[in-house]
Amino acid sequence: MTSVPPLVLIAGPEQVLAERAVESTLALIREVDAGAEVVRLDGPAYEPGALALHTSPSLFGGTTVVVVRDLDEGTDDLLEEVVALAADPPMDAHVVLVHKGGNRGKRALDALKKAKARVIEAPAVKSDRDKGTFVTGEFRVARRRIAPDAVHALLEAVGKDLRELAAACAQLIADTTGTVEVETVERYYGGRVEATGFRVADAAVAGNASEALRLLRHALSGGLDPVPVVAVLASQLRQVARVAAAGRGSSASLAKELGMAPWQIDRARRAAAGWDGIRLGRAIQAVAAADFEVKGGGRDPVYAVERAVLTICRERQG
Amino acid sequence: MSVWADVVGQPEVVDELQRAVDDPARMTHAWLLTGPPGSGRSTAARAFAAALQCPQGGCGECRECRTALDGSHADVTVLATQGLSIQVKDARELAALAQRSPQVGQWQVIIIEDADRLTERAADALLKALEEPVARTVWVLCAPSLEDVIVTIRSRSRHVRLRIPSVEAVAELLHRRDGIELDTARVAARAAQSHVGLARRLARDEGARSRRRSTLALPAGLRGLGDALRAAADLDTLAKEESASSTGERDAAEKARLLEQLGADPAARTQPPYIRSQVAALERDQKTRATRLSRDVIDRSLVDLLSFYRDALVVQWGGPVELVNADLRMSVQDLANALPPEALVQAMDAIGTARERIEANVAPLLALEAMMISLQAVGAPMT
Ligand SMILES: [Zn+2]
Repeated sequence: MTSVPPLVLIAGPEQVLAERAVESTLALIREVDAGAEVVRLDGPAYEPGALALHTSPSLFGGTTVVVVRDLDEGTDDLLEEVVALAADPPMDAHVVLVHKGGNRGKRALDALKKAKARVIEAPAVKSDRDKGTFVTGEFRVARRRIAPDAVHALLEAVGKDLRELAAACAQLIADTTGTVEVETVERYYGGRVEATGFRVADAAVAGNASEALRLLRHALSGGLDPVPVVAVLASQLRQVARVAAAGRGSSASLAKELGMAPWQIDRARRAAAGWDGIRLGRAIQAVAAADFEVKGGGRDPVYAVERAVLTICRERQG
Repeated sequence: MSVWADVVGQPEVVDELQRAVDDPARMTHAWLLTGPPGSGRSTAARAFAAALQCPQGGCGECRECRTALDGSHADVTVLATQGLSIQVKDARELAALAQRSPQVGQWQVIIIEDADRLTERAADALLKALEEPVARTVWVLCAPSLEDVIVTIRSRSRHVRLRIPSVEAVAELLHRRDGIELDTARVAARAAQSHVGLARRLARDEGARSRRRSTLALPAGLRGLGDALRAAADLDTLAKEESASSTGERDAAEKARLLEQLGADPAARTQPPYIRSQVAALERDQKTRATRLSRDVIDRSLVDLLSFYRDALVVQWGGPVELVNADLRMSVQDLANALPPEALVQAMDAIGTARERIEANVAPLLALEAMMISLQAVGAPMT
């Protein structure tokens, strides 16, 4: 007998986590019955009666696992049938339901919980803090370690999309040995647009005009689109400003409050040292003007982003 | 009650359209109704369709009138888009429909609610139909302004301009149609600057009222950079939430319908490529719509904010002009006491710049941050 109950609910918006939960549930069931048959259903396209059809005892006695995706977009029929199913859970089948969130299907969720379904959360991984935890978790599961500044470099390079981040972790784990250091991450992902943008932004926020311009020109001549560079400038200044405005307090508590990682707080604090609110405000305004220009409002996007970088440096120098 | 009852504050427009219904010599096969958002373009278009189908020229009571108004008339086709552009496929379908004679009514009426969203190619697909009138087919195109419509379409249709209805006219409509108390209706109509739909929401939905109040309370709380960034983030988050709450269910329903139309096997482990690509295209469109909607919500807040500074200027002039935010006169007065006129004008410029930038695709949060920083710099009323 498997440890997996007949009903499993995977709840939460993060698709990467939800998919993993489905796969690990299937793996647990297959440990007991390697030949378990998997039927996949789609909530919005549900055909009435399908649940009962696939969960009724089979002549051949094998285990069936029904995986229902997008329960939160499910048809009324599906939601009704899930409620009925919860009242009378199947004997030789498992039903794994994936619900991304929202109010739709609430009655079905309540019924599932009441029927003691196993609930696996797939919470949104949005803030850098959560993503950092995600990365260290990936390495821990693989019994590997990654240095904190390497986590930071990885987030900057491929942190936008969790799927990409997960793939990058998998690649680093497979390709390297020992603790993954920042140099390794740089070697693998340092050429990404985001990484270059971050280096430009770091130099500009530090008031290092010649370094910022050198990096920027090098990147632009290599065909880098100015639009993401402007986005990174904005997000870096925003972090510095928010951390500066938040005042004292431990990095950890501030990290929680602002949804940032502790190392980001420390770094933003160091960067904030040479700034005041008025000059930071003007720097942000310069970046907003540049965003307008690089998105078609101006004639020369390259000039626009250079000017924003120079303005930031000038404001930093006071 | 006549079909025109809900077309408020537009006597000239009603007059012209009614005459076209009554007198074949004044009729033409393609009309272009323009007017600012909330002025009732699509209401006027539907009323016109009803009047054309009604044996009595728009009694408002008969079956023809009622079905034309509620959108169920077999010979009245309405193409309404939600944030997406009108594609060539839709335009071709309409052009084909235009060739057919009406099934039950007197006219084949085709209404395009957002003619400003016709893509170049979609407009091309319509041109022939607009150039070669079919005896009993009439086109009614709607758009915010003449400039928004592709010029070839413009030149082939008769233009009728709606204006911004008066506060009183909008208030009366809300009172009569929605049973809203007249005083409440007036305050809402004024605050919504005569936008009928907005006014109705303000009058009936406490959520909309409190959103407006918190938007207008923002300037008074701006003491430093941290406040400005927080205010920008709040406005941005609020807009995203409102957009998500109004698109979520519809998105799911659309996806279900698409899978059904494609005859997709819901139990398939993976969908075949042609279905996957169509689902992906739909999801892209839905995302575009959500983005557009959240920008619209932000823009509405910015219009509110703009009216607040404008009201403060009006108070300083002491002229006999009605305040948009008459219900918040005290806050307006505080702002007028705190800032000199130049500062108010600077604030209005900053808001205008933010609107322009967001329209031009600047990241909304960044545009709002720059604006809030300016508003904080010009100064805030004491609280
Ligand atoms: Zn009638």
